[in-house]
Amino acid sequence: MVIGMKRELTCIVCPMGCDLTAEIENGQVVSVTGNTCPRGAKYAEQECIRPERVLTSTAAAEDGRVLPVRTDRTVPKEKLFDCMAEVNRLKVRLPITVGTVIIEHIAGTEANLIAAKNMERGK
Amino acid sequence: MRREQADLVIIGGGPAGLAAAVAAYDSGVRDLLILERDSHPGGILQQCIHNGFGLHRFQKELTGPEYAWEYEKMAAERKITICCGSMVLNVSPEKLITVVSRKGVAQIQAKAVILAMGCRERSRGALNIPGSRPAGIFSAGTAQKYVNCMGCLPGREVVILGSGDIGLIMARRMTLEGAKVKAVCELMPYSGGLARNIQQCLKDFDIPLKLSHTVTAIHGKERLTGVTVSQVDEKRRPVQGTEEEIPCDTLLLSVGLIPENELSKEAGIRLDPVTGGAVVDEKRQTSCEGIFACGNVLHVHDLVDFVSEEAALAGESAAAYIAGKVSQDNVLELVPDGKIRYTVPQRIADRQEDVKVYFRVDNVYRKAEIRVTCDGETVLAKKRPVVKPGEMESLILTKEQLAKCRSSRLEFVLESV
Repeated sequence: MVIGMKRELTCIVCPMGCDLTAEIENGQVVSVTGNTCPRGAKYAEQECIRPERVLTSTAAAEDGRVLPVRTDRTVPKEKLFDCMAEVNRLKVRLPITVGTVIIEHIAGTEANLIAAKNMERGK
Repeated sequence: MRREQADLVIIGGGPAGLAAAVAAYDSGVRDLLILERDSHPGGILQQCIHNGFGLHRFQKELTGPEYAWEYEKMAAERKITICCGSMVLNVSPEKLITVVSRKGVAQIQAKAVILAMGCRERSRGALNIPGSRPAGIFSAGTAQKYVNCMGCLPGREVVILGSGDIGLIMARRMTLEGAKVKAVCELMPYSGGLARNIQQCLKDFDIPLKLSHTVTAIHGKERLTGVTVSQVDEKRRPVQGTEEEIPCDTLLLSVGLIPENELSKEAGIRLDPVTGGAVVDEKRQTSCEGIFACGNVLHVHDLVDFVSEEAALAGESAAAYIAGKVSQDNVLELVPDGKIRYTVPQRIADRQEDVKVYFRVDNVYRKAEIRVTCDGETVLAKKRPVVKPGEMESLILTKEQLAKCRSSRLEFVLESV
């Protein structure tokens, strides 16, 4: 059990990139300093317990073109490559519009993979 | 040759051009068109598939293509004409535009012009890295287009030179696609990219960032086989004995962006040697009356949200100019001290409204105070805990503060404790 540990973090919530310090006691984040907004504190807490990221990538469309995709919420960081393995198996049916769900609960996470661009058929 | 007329012609259909067009329309301009070189609008956003766009403008995190789509929709709702596959060859000071497309060469006489051509990447040639010329050396943006738009991975073992945001983003992107990024080298003792990108693009994937390092040799004949990286001293000269050879098949260069101002130069528009873009007033009007500039063609931005903001200002200004409502009295010149490398705008022509001034610094300064003085008197002083070259800063001069300025020089001074 770690008592009174400090962790220095860089906030990734927005481009400001605040330098955060999180104080951890008994595996719990007890204080966050350095943040300029509440989202920074939330990020630091999550980051110390289980880091999460939004995945952005591309998937192959059925005609061989490349469709940008992303998860609609964060996924656990250690699942990023599991998510990529599922993305890499895709042949996305066209046409598709922005926001359409392509994979529900990607890699067993709570996130869905969605299209980030409109794509017509055979253009 | 076809000869046409338009109230407003916008050159470039990227984020700046689209936002300028939408704002000009909303300010009453109806006879306007966008000339875009590519086959679709959106510019560089189409290959920037990562998220983080739109937090300021739309209060949500979008990817590049999604951000572009928001503006494409706005342009479509207003029935704004976007001529894709149209490359402008010349803009005259009289605002006569020569454009080539599949339909041939045409000339358009405009009442006002907005320059929104964006920027391009610095290439290997600009760096003078010695060595042979094997395949496998790409600018980071070219590699980004290969991966994100064409679905090709340009290499498997990668070294990236330059820690600007595009380099950092590509380090993560190549890693996710299965490549091994061995190192990101940065000539300066600090990164040029956003702190969040150091975390989420490098640290997340244990990619080493070698500060004060550069590539000093390139190896390989047909294809790149490796690079030599060396540490550099404070004067950025390679230190002998620090050479390290890193085997790789790909070198990505993310070593700066240059505003693309060939058209502006030919039009005789005055350029700022520091920004590489036009000298503009607070309305984003250039030295050529009725020609405005916005976005990365004016100065390289970190965030597209600020490009949209600036472009909207240029769009509104162009509309006011067409309606005959632009005054130029009592011009103030903004003079940065060097630590502050530049300001945009560089001049203030009309003191009737508050003016937001963007600037960039030349080094990392902690506990910095930015003072704006006129005739030795302080007009405005702002404190910042830290300022960095990689992050554009801004401050607002109110019309009351501007009204107090007696001389025509407004000095921008940075002091660090």
